[in-house]
Amino acid sequence: MMLGKVVGTVVTTISHRDYKNRRLLVVQPLVLEGEKPSAEDDFIALDNTQAGIGDTVLVNREGNGARQALKNPDACVISVIVGIVDSIYVES
Amino acid sequence: MLFGRVKGTAICTMKYQGTEGLKLLVVQPLNKKLEPIGILQVAADVVQAGVGDLCVMVRSREAALAMPDIKFVPIDLALVGIVDELEIRPDGKYDVTLRRGWSQFS
Repeated sequence: MMLGKVVGTVVTTISHRDYKNRRLLVVQPLVLEGEKPSAEDDFIALDNTQAGIGDTVLVNREGNGARQALKNPDACVISVIVGIVDSIYVES
Repeated sequence: MLFGRVKGTAICTMKYQGTEGLKLLVVQPLNKKLEPIGILQVAADVVQAGVGDLCVMVRSREAALAMPDIKFVPIDLALVGIVDELEIRPDGKYDVTLRRGWSQFS
């Protein structure tokens, strides 16, 4: 799982049935102080937690975990937002 | 999952069993700013996208799961949605660095 910031929303009226009734959000992964975020790191994730733009989120980026989170054994989804982060502690 | 722009169609006469009837499209993977990432790729289409459409794509085993009937097919990139509206906040708007010690987000 990874930590990211929601930076955008995607609206798709025509989409696969596994994507219906859930929002697609654009997530930018968090990087440690001193590291630069890469322009190729961002990705799209399906929202399972009512997250919104600006939220720090926990994202599952693995298909089997995503299928369990969505309770659909055949879902064609890789990235699912599974939590909204309140606080993080990083050892100094 | 990532963005892709449809650039053309790919037609194959000989196809692996289970993939007959699937539409193949040439796509350019894009990042959130819609800048190209890497080279052109071929994706299977299940949403009837056309040339020029901005799409949501899914990779790996989940691409095969997006297929309508037979889900055990050699497909590793699929189009699963056509983007109508996209709202992306600019880069400096949110801080994406993780500071040492405690960070509060809410």
